Amino acid sequence: MTLLAVEGLAIRFGGVKAVDDLSFAIEKGQIFSIIGPNGAGKTTLFNMISGLYRPSRGSVRLEGEDVTGLPPHLLARRGLSRTFQNLQIFYRMSALENVMVGCHLKERRSVLPHLLALPSVKRQNRESRARAEALLARVGLAAEAHKDAGSLSYGALKRLEIARALGSEPKLLLLDEPAAGCNHVETEEIDALIQTIARDGVTVALVEHDMKLVMKISQRILVLDYGRKLAEGTAQEVRQNPDVIRAYLGSQANAGAPHA
Amino acid sequence: MLARLSRHRAFGLLVIAIVIAVAPLLFPSTFYYRMGTAIFIAALAAVGLNILMGLAGQVSLGHAGFYGIGAYAVAVGPASFGVPGWAAILIGLALAASVAFLVGRPILKLRGHYLAVATLGFGILVSMVLTNEGAWTGGPDGMSVKRLVLFGYVLKDRAAWYWASALVLLMGALLAVNLIDSPTGRAMRALHDSEVAAAVNGIDVARYKLWAFVISACYASLAGSLAALSDAFITPASAGFLKSIELVTMVVLGGMGSVIGGIVGAAFLESLPQLLARMQEVEHVLLGLIIMLVMIFMREGLFPTLARRFGRASP
Repeated sequence: MTLLAVEGLAIRFGGVKAVDDLSFAIEKGQIFSIIGPNGAGKTTLFNMISGLYRPSRGSVRLEGEDVTGLPPHLLARRGLSRTFQNLQIFYRMSALENVMVGCHLKERRSVLPHLLALPSVKRQNRESRARAEALLARVGLAAEAHKDAGSLSYGALKRLEIARALGSEPKLLLLDEPAAGCNHVETEEIDALIQTIARDGVTVALVEHDMKLVMKISQRILVLDYGRKLAEGTAQEVRQNPDVIRAYLGSQANAGAPHA
Repeated sequence: MLARLSRHRAFGLLVIAIVIAVAPLLFPSTFYYRMGTAIFIAALAAVGLNILMGLAGQVSLGHAGFYGIGAYAVAVGPASFGVPGWAAILIGLALAASVAFLVGRPILKLRGHYLAVATLGFGILVSMVLTNEGAWTGGPDGMSVKRLVLFGYVLKDRAAWYWASALVLLMGALLAVNLIDSPTGRAMRALHDSEVAAAVNGIDVARYKLWAFVISACYASLAGSLAALSDAFITPASAGFLKSIELVTMVVLGGMGSVIGGIVGAAFLESLPQLLARMQEVEHVLLGLIIMLVMIFMREGLFPTLARRFGRASP
């Protein structure tokens, strides 16, 4: 069953078409990866799907409903969550509180009881804390729960963002380069983590440069180049696609090429 | 037991309550009751503004506008409409909240300097209305305010106002402390650090900015009402631009995001001129110098810096 359907999606910044006439579909339960050279439009695509950018053309459907141009917090309510390539951490909060913010949609949100610290709020806080602690344990950060988020290592922050994104129990999780800047061991941890997330029924869309990781865990791969679809298919199909080979080898051969 | 208690966020408030209760034993004259009252009222407004600035990370250079709404509600209400003082306080609160809601919706879309200038404009607008509507407000000369009567008791003497304003401050501070560790408080702190991350986690950023603005406006309005009632007199200048700047200075000086910090900042800025008053010629120079030195050497603000030095998490 299709969870996310993107059709004819396009966005331009000034005269530049960052993404152009892009269509694809993500099936429920898949790990769907999006690869391509730097500047191919991968993060721009994520930003449109998650509501941060409004596309100039085309549509995004989530579970069959048109969600094009909805603001991010409403998309979150419909089961979409994401992490960021350049970390977006709440640095003034502890690791635990970061993940508690991720549980926001599971919390009751009327303000007056919060000011009065009614017993129901205490209960609510306990629930969110327990939920956040479980998520931190899941990404291997249980021991760092009460540290300031700002004091965690880069690899830990990457996992913290994943834990936070899982707080809303999303149907679709967009991971933007979760293994970027991570060492070999950290990358393997992220690899295992993504697979358990998918096994628990969360559909994962992944933007990642680590080809070994992408080829290993993805059911389906979309290759972007200059904002357009270059190829789509299984790891096997993509690896043998002559266009993909040309784009990737080409970009390696000319280090100074515009999209390298 | 004490160690466990001291980790609780409200512990600092307990300490402040004790200081407030004990301080009058050392007062050489009733003048100090009056100074205490002024500190508590300023602190109330600072605690509220800190919800907007320290928690939600939005600046306002116009909060004296809400202070003025509260002050003139208790001045004009009883004088022109025969409303009892306590009801005028509530009317002021409702008015400030509604104005904050209407003004906040469009201007909170602005960020940083733009928001600062827009709120500045709002503050100036309110003080101009108060100055120019002389028929209601007495114009630039101000107007006298009828004494507050509660349960048949006329709230007039300095000691009574000291205790009343302290009580209101402590209750206001307690609500602010409650807010910090609630889902709403976390949402506000989250959008302070990253609006995009807050939004993709389901937080309606505009809604929580507006809440912070409205709540802080209510604190300012209540402070304005109490100030007008305790002084029995009000001028537009006391709700003008300088008052807005004073409030922001209290928040930043005391410690952004810390409830106690707001109170400490207000106490510091209200009492320092009194302490320096003996050195008439250099009073203002010293005041400015001290503020600069505090900001240079205690950038987080007085309370968070000192609390860290003495090894306690700052509430």
